[in-house]
Formats: sequence, C-alpha cells, structure tokens
Amino acid sequence: MYEIINKNVLNEAVTALKIKARFIAEKAQPGQFVIVKIDEKGERIPLTISDFDRNDGTITLVIQAVGVTTKKLSKLNKGDFIENIAGPLGMPTEFGNPKKAIIIGGGVGCAIAYPQAKALHNMGVDVTVIAGFRSKDIVILEEEMKVVSNSLYITTDDGSYGEKGLVTDVLKRLLDDGGYDLVIAIGPVIMMKFVALTTKPYSVKTIVSLNPIMIDGTGMCGGCRVSVGGETKFACVDGPDFDGHLVDFDELMRRNTLFCEEEAHACRLEESVNG
Amino acid sequence: MADMNPKKTPMPEQAPDRRNKNFDEVALGYTSEMATKEAGRCLNCKNRPCVGGCPVNVPIPDFIARVAEGDFEGAYNLISTTNSLPAVCGRVCPQEIQCEGKCIRGIKGESVGIGRLERFVADYHREHGKATPVNINRNGKKVAIIGAGPAGLTCAGDLARKGYSVTIFEAFHTAGGVLVYGIPEFRLPKSVVAAEVNRLKESGVTVMTDMVIGKVLTVDEIIAMGFEAVFIGSGAGLPMFMGIDGEDSLGVYSANEFLTRINLMKAYIEDYDTPIKPMKKVAVIGGGNVAMDAARCAKRLGADVYIIYRRSEVEMPARKEEVNHAKEEGIDFKFLTNPTRIITDENYKVTGIECISMQLGEPDADGRRRPEKIPGSEHILEVDSVIMALGTRPNPLIKKSSPDISVNARGCIVVGEDMQTSKENVYAGGDSVSGAATVISAMGAGKRAAAAIDKKLNEKL
Ligand SMILES: Cc1cc2nc3c(=O)[nH]c(=O)nc-3n(C[C@H](O)[C@H](O)[C@H](O)COP(=O)(O)OP(=O)(O)OC[C@H]3O[C@@H](n4cnc5c(N)ncnc54)[C@H](O)[C@@H]3O)c2cc1C
Ligand code: FES
Repeated sequence: MYEIINKNVLNEAVTALKIKARFIAEKAQPGQFVIVKIDEKGERIPLTISDFDRNDGTITLVIQAVGVTTKKLSKLNKGDFIENIAGPLGMPTEFGNPKKAIIIGGGVGCAIAYPQAKALHNMGVDVTVIAGFRSKDIVILEEEMKVVSNSLYITTDDGSYGEKGLVTDVLKRLLDDGGYDLVIAIGPVIMMKFVALTTKPYSVKTIVSLNPIMIDGTGMCGGCRVSVGGETKFACVDGPDFDGHLVDFDELMRRNTLFCEEEAHACRLEESVNG
Repeated sequence: MADMNPKKTPMPEQAPDRRNKNFDEVALGYTSEMATKEAGRCLNCKNRPCVGGCPVNVPIPDFIARVAEGDFEGAYNLISTTNSLPAVCGRVCPQEIQCEGKCIRGIKGESVGIGRLERFVADYHREHGKATPVNINRNGKKVAIIGAGPAGLTCAGDLARKGYSVTIFEAFHTAGGVLVYGIPEFRLPKSVVAAEVNRLKESGVTVMTDMVIGKVLTVDEIIAMGFEAVFIGSGAGLPMFMGIDGEDSLGVYSANEFLTRINLMKAYIEDYDTPIKPMKKVAVIGGGNVAMDAARCAKRLGADVYIIYRRSEVEMPARKEEVNHAKEEGIDFKFLTNPTRIITDENYKVTGIECISMQLGEPDADGRRRPEKIPGSEHILEVDSVIMALGTRPNPLIKKSSPDISVNARGCIVVGEDMQTSKENVYAGGDSVSGAATVISAMGAGKRAAAAIDKKLNEKL
C-alpha cells in the first residue's frame, strides 16, 4: 500500500500525486517509470516518474485522466492509498554530454519533460523548453519549467496563449539558428513523430519517450514491443527512451489503438498534436 | 489383497461442452470413497519405483497405504515431509512421465492414480485439517528469496522451518509465479495457490510484492541489508517470437501476455479493469502446456481455436491429460504445420495465418525427429488472433544488474552442485537455471538450495 501525501490539480484533466514509495524514490532516475495497480480489480498501467525526492522518500506521478485507471487515480485524495506500485522500471535517460539542448513537451508530456529539463539544467546545460498545449486553460507547469530553462516557448493550437501553432514550428526556427546538439521530445506519439522528422535533416540527436501498452513492465509479456531501426524492442526494458530517428511511430500509433473499441477503455491515441 | 481393476478410478469432471464455456476447475477431485478405492489398487511393492520417479521422492506407497486406511491427515503428513505444495503438484505434475510412469500397475493396465490421490489428500487437509502450531526456534539469520514461484516458495518454506527469517521479493503484485499468471483457474484454482502462500506467511515468511530485483534493489544491496544468503528463483519469463512477417500487427500476442491478462489480471471477469480483445478464430502456435492453456482459455472466451504444432502428436511436450482435455473441448489440432507469415488487412489487423506443412526427418540432438518443410504446401488459415506459445527464457534483469552472476548462452543462471551461483552466498534454482521446465523440478531445486544454504550458513558459525 502506497500513501498519497499530496495532491495538486494542474488543470481539469491533469493531476499530480505525491506518493510515499521509499524504495522507488531511492533508486529513481529521470526517464524511468512505475507500474501502478490501483486496487484488487485494477489493471496495471505504466506512469512516468515525474519527480522524486530521496530525502522524504516520495515520487510524483502526473496523471491525465483519459482511461479507466487514470480517471480513478485523479479522483484519489491526500491520505488515500494505492495498492501496488512497482518500479523504477525502464532505462534512465542517457543524456550524454550535450551543451545546448531543446526539451519539448506536448500536453501532459510536459510533466515528464520537466524532470529531464531539470536534470540537464542541473548538469549546466543550456536548456530551451518548448511546451505545446491545445489552449490556454490547460497550460501546466509553466513556472516550474521557467526555473529550469534558459528560454521557454509555449505554443497553443488555438493561439489563446503563447505562440499560435505547433511545437515543431518553434523547433524548426531554433534549429535554423543552430548550435543545438540534443533534442528530447515527450508527448503524443504524433508529436514525437513530427519532432523526429523535423530534426532529422539537421542530424541532431533526438530522444523520444515511448508509451506503448504495458502489463508487467519487466519484459515478460511483449505487449510493449516497438520497432526501432527495424528491430523489435520491448519498451519497458529496452526503453522507454529511444532514438527518435529510428522509431516506427506509425506502428506504435496502431498498436496503441488496440483496446480502443473495448468498452470503457479510453483510447491512448491523442487527437491533437499538442495533446 | 489389492484391487486388481486394470483401470484408474475415474475422476469426476465437468462435461466438455459445459466446461469449455466457464473458467471453473475441470477435474472435480475424488470423494473419500473414490480415494480409498483407488488407494486399494496400490500393490505396495518392495522396490517402490514410483518414489524414484518423483523428483522430490514423496513416500508414495506409504501415503497411499494411509489413504487406504482412511487416515487422510496421516497421509498428508507423510507427503508434506518432502513436498511443500501437494495440492498444486497433484494437479499439474506430468505424472505420466514421473511417478505413474514407473508404476508396476501401468505395465498391464493403468497405473495407480497417484496424482489424483495426492490432490485428494492435499485438498482434504486444506478443508478439514487443523493447523498444528509449530514452535520454531528462530536462529536470527536472514535469507532473501527473489521470486515467489514454486522454486522460491519451496526454498522459503524449508528455510523458515529451519528457523531462518525469510523475505521473498516478488516483482508482481501477487505471489505464485507461473502458478498465478500462467496456469489457468480451470486447471489450478488460484485459491489453492493463495492457501499455500498463506500457510507460508503464517510460518513467518515475509512476502514483499512489487519488488523488481535488478531495478529497485540489486543483489548486492540485498546482501548489504543484512541477508546472509540469497536464492534466485526468478523463473523463465521472457517470451519468444518467431520473427515472421506480421508479428507486430494487431491481434498477435505472446502466450505470456494473453495468459497474464486472463489469469493474473482476470480480464475474463466483468468487473476487473484489464481489457481483453474479443476473438472469434484463434491460432495458438506451440505444443507445450502453455499452448494448451492458451488455447483452452481462448475457447472459453468463445473462440474457435487451432493449435498449430510443427511436429506430430507424439512429440508434443504438453501433459497428456491437458492434450486430451483440449481435444474433448473442441480444440482443432494442426499437427506437422508451421506458420510462415501473418496476414493482415489495411488496418494491420490479423485476418489469417499462412502455414506450411511439415514432415518428420532424422532425430535431432534431443532425440525428437526434426520437422522439415514440404515445399509448395503453403496454405492459409483464417484467424483474427494469433498467440505465440514458443517457449520462454530467463529474464536478464537480475543478470544485467549483477554482472558477477554467470549465465550460459541461453541466459540460464549457472550453478554448481550445491546450487550456488558464481557469486558467493547467492544461490539459484528452478526455471531461471534450467530454462522452462516443471513445477516439481523447480520445487526440487528450491529444496536442494535450502539445504545447501542451511549447510553453508551453519559452517560459518
Ligand atoms: C502456461 C504454463 C503452463 C504450465 N503448465 C505446467 C504444468 O502443467 N505442469 C508443470 O509441472 N509445469 C508447468 N509449467 C511450468 C512451470 O510452471 C514452471 O516450470 C515453474 O513455475 C517454474 O518455477 P520457478 O519458481 O522457477 O519460476 P516461476 O514460476 O516463473 O516464478 C518466478 C517468479 O519470480 C518472479 N520474478 C522474476 N524476475 C524477478 C525479479 N527480477 N525480481 C523479483 N521477482 C522476479 C516472477 O514474477 C515469478 O513470480 C507451465 C508453465 C506455463 C507458463
Ligand atoms: S510490458 Fe510486458 S514486456 Fe514490456
């Protein structure tokens, strides 16, 4: 049993839960995730560790209420318990030694891009964050991202806040200016696909964080398999980070729709490029 | 004088056309009368070949003699001197190649139903037996077990009885290993497994779930926490795929994924959250217990099911009873057939599987005749789902985080005579060492490791 010790509603669909999980907090690294099972009858779903605090033994999960479990999780409150959390799973992000990096978050993906930006910022890297949202009312983590970046660009689909347009519009402009040696993109699959297509001609290393369907998160079911550079990989153990220039995004989008038709199972395929 | 009926006392079963629509247990178990009658068929022969056929040497004729006398608790006490999971083994052991395969009665008729009797005795004890509180002198030493499958549970039970403080670290949210995520409810009710795990907890074993070793803790960190020995019973859970075209399309699953959704996550029960895709026509690839279980689960979800196996029926590694049950339930076996590619529609959903017919050639290294393709025999079976039950390998997570634990080319942990790995005070056994094998062999390994750990830690005094 894992106790929720703080709840923070970021917007009407996105909630941050700070949870006591001593062993996981001790080991977590940016880029890793946990598998959560909310109660006896719950399913096992992967959630990226958005933040962790080794001193007080907590991890923070940011949840977008889209499916059965994420909706239930969003309704939990401080003092409630989650039955099972296993992790940290997956490989930590391999940043290398970049000098100037662009971190791109799409929608709730910003919650996962944030610890990456923070880690790079703490390493002394020049960090630019591009955060894309559908509209002004769902903008999250703006203050936090500002603190860990040298410059922050916000885009909205409808132009209600920041720049009207897509994250890739800003990205292209920045890449034209040059000097960047790392791009990390986290968000809807379609956004990551277009980010990778955008950076490809510039030959800038591009890391994406994939979110396939998972059950165990330890490599024993193969449900999370993705094609990377023509090879089958298990995202839960080989990833979730992969080289964006090698990922078969179209296949991932297809596989993520597998359970869409099942009743009560909200689809993971995000309609909008900006989540 | 023994009852010389050449046939085993039949075991009551749910009728095939009824049971293939539900997940309740297929074989219903003996009544006291049936058990006593079947026990009467044992000749109690002097050289006891059955005991030699049992990987943990259950004193079979002795316990059967107790059953014949109606002393079921006495029989249980005898079995449990060497077998810590009799209710499980009675249901899932391949008796026909172990104890029953050696039974003298089997020469001229059917062997004694040893498995059925073992199950009866264990079930009787679970329902009627009184817990005998045992006062164990704790020796103050801590041992860690990684993995709560039959190997880990057995090792933990033996060490706890010897006075060790035992903690099991299990990756999943439930203890049991393959017994809970792989073998279906209709063959091994999960309440039976839970009862065994509870018995272990009552004897003082701590089970910590959600602990993926290699990730949350390394073996070295476990040792640093004060555990004097570690036993790795992490199984062989890594699924294999064929590498044919179309394997990543929608509707292709590993048997592990399919069975985990159904058995561990209970996707077949309405109010559980884990989804399962409805399927009408399913091809299961493989010929082992895993393939039989996957096929019979798919049948129970309402599908028509093929089992596609590249050799012939006699080479199938599955338990005989499971093959017979699968046939009775209407599973369509395609022997000497091998898939060549998976066919999909424009949305990448499975619509069929192309197969090629095979013939048997010369025997290969393990003595089974090698299947060879018959050129030009390609044909297509229309299916909407494909389940790959091709075998599994040990998961590399622990090895990756502990490079000083040696594994062989197949990823299996290498151990010496005493079950110790290349790392001091770290032991291993079960599927993680042998590759996918059986419940009873994993238990046997857990027992041997417990004895070796006890010996080693006592020497240290
Ligand atoms: C579908 C199916 C049907 C079968 N039918 C039969 C049958 O009828 N008869 C028979 O005798 N055998 C059968 N078998 C084989 C039998 O189940 C196995 O040989 C046996 O369970 C092996 O026991 P084990 O303890 O070595 O491993 P497992 O049962 O695999 O248990 C390993 C445990 O370790 C855990 N684990 C793995 N990695 C880690 C880690 N890094 N950290 C913590 N925990 C970890 C796993 O979650 C699991 O709980 C079947 C197998 C399958 C898959
Ligand atoms: S989630 Fe099961 S193998 Fe990755």
